[in-house]
Amino acid sequence: MANNKRPGPSAKERMAKPRNEMPLHSAEERIRHFNEVPTGYSLEQAMDEASRCIQCKKPDCIGGCPVGINIPEFLLQLEGGDVAGAAKTIRQNNFLPAACGRVCPQDKQCEAVCIVGKKNDSVGIGNLERFVADYEREHDLDRMPEIAPDTGKKIAVIGSGPAGMTAAYELRVRGHDVTIFEAFHRGGGVMVYGIPRFRLPLEIIDEDLKLLEEMGVEIVYDMIIGRTLSLDDLLETEGFDSVFIASGAGLPKMLGVPGENLNGVYSANEYLTRIYLMHANYFPEHPTPIYQGKKLAVIGAGNTAMDVLRTGKRLGAEVTCYYRRSHDEAPARSEELEHAEQEFIDFKWLSSPIEFIGDENGFVKAIKCEVMELSEPDDSGRRRPVPTGESFTDEVDTVVFSLGCDVNPTIPDSTRDVTTNKWGIMMVDPVTYHTSKPGVFAGGDTVTGGSTVILAMGQAKTAAKYIHEYVMGNFEYELNVPTDPEAPGVQWGFAK
Amino acid sequence: MGKYNQDFKVLTKRELCANTYHFKIQAPLIAKKILAGQFIMIRPNENSERIPLSICGWNREEGYIELIIMSAGRTSTEATIKEVGDSFKDVVGPLGQRSHIAKYDGACVLMGGGYGTGAIIPTARDLKEAGNRVIGVVGARSENLLLMVDELKDACDEVYLTTNDGSIGIEGFVTHALEEIQKKEKVSSVLAVGPVPMMIAVANMTKEDGIECWVSLNAIMVDGTGMCGACRVTVGGKTKFACFHGPDFNGHEVDFKELMTRQKMFVDQEKIAMEAFTGALEK
Ligand SMILES: Cc1cc2nc3c(=O)[nH]c(=O)nc-3n(C[C@H](O)[C@H](O)[C@H](O)COP(=O)(O)OP(=O)(O)OC[C@H]3O[C@@H](n4cnc5c(N)ncnc54)[C@H](O)[C@@H]3O)c2cc1C
Ligand SMILES: Cc1cc2nc3c(=O)[nH]c(=O)nc-3n(C[C@H](O)[C@H](O)[C@H](O)COP(=O)(O)OP(=O)(O)OC[C@H]3O[C@@H](n4cnc5c(N)ncnc54)[C@H](O)[C@@H]3O)c2cc1C
Ligand code: SF4
Ligand code: SF4
Ligand code: FES
Repeated sequence: MANNKRPGPSAKERMAKPRNEMPLHSAEERIRHFNEVPTGYSLEQAMDEASRCIQCKKPDCIGGCPVGINIPEFLLQLEGGDVAGAAKTIRQNNFLPAACGRVCPQDKQCEAVCIVGKKNDSVGIGNLERFVADYEREHDLDRMPEIAPDTGKKIAVIGSGPAGMTAAYELRVRGHDVTIFEAFHRGGGVMVYGIPRFRLPLEIIDEDLKLLEEMGVEIVYDMIIGRTLSLDDLLETEGFDSVFIASGAGLPKMLGVPGENLNGVYSANEYLTRIYLMHANYFPEHPTPIYQGKKLAVIGAGNTAMDVLRTGKRLGAEVTCYYRRSHDEAPARSEELEHAEQEFIDFKWLSSPIEFIGDENGFVKAIKCEVMELSEPDDSGRRRPVPTGESFTDEVDTVVFSLGCDVNPTIPDSTRDVTTNKWGIMMVDPVTYHTSKPGVFAGGDTVTGGSTVILAMGQAKTAAKYIHEYVMGNFEYELNVPTDPEAPGVQWGFAK
Repeated sequence: MGKYNQDFKVLTKRELCANTYHFKIQAPLIAKKILAGQFIMIRPNENSERIPLSICGWNREEGYIELIIMSAGRTSTEATIKEVGDSFKDVVGPLGQRSHIAKYDGACVLMGGGYGTGAIIPTARDLKEAGNRVIGVVGARSENLLLMVDELKDACDEVYLTTNDGSIGIEGFVTHALEEIQKKEKVSSVLAVGPVPMMIAVANMTKEDGIECWVSLNAIMVDGTGMCGACRVTVGGKTKFACFHGPDFNGHEVDFKELMTRQKMFVDQEKIAMEAFTGALEK
């Protein structure tokens, strides 16, 4: 699309326009409920925001998107008011746009490399993707993709998180018979039991699961692969031609400090699962309990930590974040950190927990932290936190560890021929995502050890392409599956 | 409904004693895989909590599993009021590791209290099949609370009964039976499944006597697959997940005090949940 032929304002004028800020519920209001924080653009705002794109001849944004959405194309359609067309364009590459528009770390991906962002705020690509997807859903536009004629090949997908959903979609579109096996009683993976409702409403995920079923994908719940059925069962007795493992990370890390098994101390997985999978925030109508005290301490400052902090706030606690580095090193998505800061959450930077102290009934009553300082940058340019020798103690009655996850060993334990590294990450060939077991591929958090929705999707898409080749009998590659237990998981090199 | 979507139908239901029922549940895929010592997670109804239950038997050909459920609070009551023909919303498993099975030179003594009496039956069968002399011990407050005795007799070489009130068998606790057994023969391994105080008593006694001791830890669970860490227990000074590494652990290394504390984590909420439920039932 040559930008000189485009009507309307000049590129310079477009680049000078201010970004349309996403309208939000006020912090005072939103901490009283679990409804979504942003209210979404209006059509006018969306069209105006889209018009800020200068339609680069060599659009860097596309390379910044792990699934390679044709961003300028959809923005041009949207600018002209063709929302349905924009939706079609996005769907060519991404079948979970409503989720990605909401939870992608755009600030590190597509928007990080947008040319407009060099001088002004970058084009609101994520917000616009969200707008298009919501419009499509609310107006009931046809989302059904074209599905190739049946190939007669059967593929099992393990896990219904974003990686599993994406692989199922991509493989079904190619005409295969796809069954998703999910351990839990509902689908969506961490998008359901990790990411909170005020960031990602359930209806969105359910719509996407419904679409998969309408396409003819079978989703089986309550089925733990490695337990109820093994990988070998799937390949040998159940007649699947290939398996894609998308079972996520799902093994919480703890600190290993005294007192961490006191009552009132949770992993983020437990805390968030109780609430978002089991609905403990609607106790007792939903009978799964949560012990929610008045003073909640959250350890860590990643996305998960922000989610726990903001969830605790909505349950009425006074909330404090403890992180051993400083604000600038916090790994959370910037918007999440910003929203948390707006929501009256306290941050204690450079504070590293060394002990939890319990009361006579075994409930946590205080957290003891060491005060840290940042060292001079080391060779890698990273400033490490080092203890200052000082410490402090705060009264708390609930603690949540948000330190990330290792990979759950259920599947590798049951099938020794899927190799893992020493952190339990499944080892795959970095090009095809084929594991060490013939016919078995893996992608998403299980091969990275915890990353993002869109990276999990990107990997699933790539894997699906090779699974297709595999089942159609044209898979001829020299596989290179690392065997070194020290080898890292799959790394993604984009948007450097 | 596709090939893999199972209907977890109640095939039979039998009252064992007050508030405690034996169920046969249709679950062909789980029945095919389950091993002694493993457990399942259930949700009786659409919005129920997930709770763990041991398996006391199965039939791989006919595709059912057997459970003993004692109504302790809301969710177990939601389960025990199911009747033949009703279905459980979700049954997931098998979970946890198989019980420790080996060939010993002395006898294996398996002790059950409450629903634990059911849980030791499959392990008794496996130990016997491995060539061991297997002795079962069932303890309860009184004769009418002893359950699964006939089934346990089928699986063991010999069965001792103990009651606190002496209404049948040895008067006292299961540890008294263990003393009796030790007077007669060498005991090499003990498995205790039941209330925590019983497991503590057995662990202490076997430690003194230098006998291997396994206990099945009933920590509070959410997913049952190692994902959440709710079921953390300390064994040998290390944090373990009861659902994944257990439920059976070396009784001499378990921090029982921590287990008991953690079991009480939600007592206030459990009362509220039960009241809300009985309130709704009455209406
Ligand atoms: C609190 C929190 C906040 C996050 N926030 C963001 C964010 O803002 N933006 C972002 O991009 N990413 C975020 N992430 C990360 C993102 O959610 C994950 O990277 C992504 O969900 C990984 O997708 P996946 O499909 O690989 O695995 P998962 O989403 O973990 O899904 C795996 C699925 O497999 C199932 N499963 C596991 N084992 C088995 C088995 N043996 N048999 C059958 N089924 C099995 C699980 O039940 C689950 O449903 C967040 C994560 C957390 C925990
Ligand atoms: C490995 C294992 C095997 C078990 N096997 C059996 C069995 O075969 N038959 C049987 O009747 N019971 C069994 N239990 C205990 C059973 O899970 C609890 O009785 C049940 O969860 C109580 O839930 P409730 O809502 O009915 O009662 P509540 O009133 O909620 O709780 C009563 C007590 O049960 C325990 N409990 C509560 N919620 C849970 C939970 N989610 N997970 C574990 N414990 C909980 C707590 O200590 C609590 O104080 C087993 C537990 C474990 C961990
Ligand atoms: S999917 Fe994510 S990275 Fe790609 S365009 Fe959308 S927001 Fe950007
Ligand atoms: S980099 Fe920015 S301005 Fe250029 S095409 Fe992409 S969105 Fe438009
Ligand atoms: S119950 Fe969640 S890890 Fe054991």
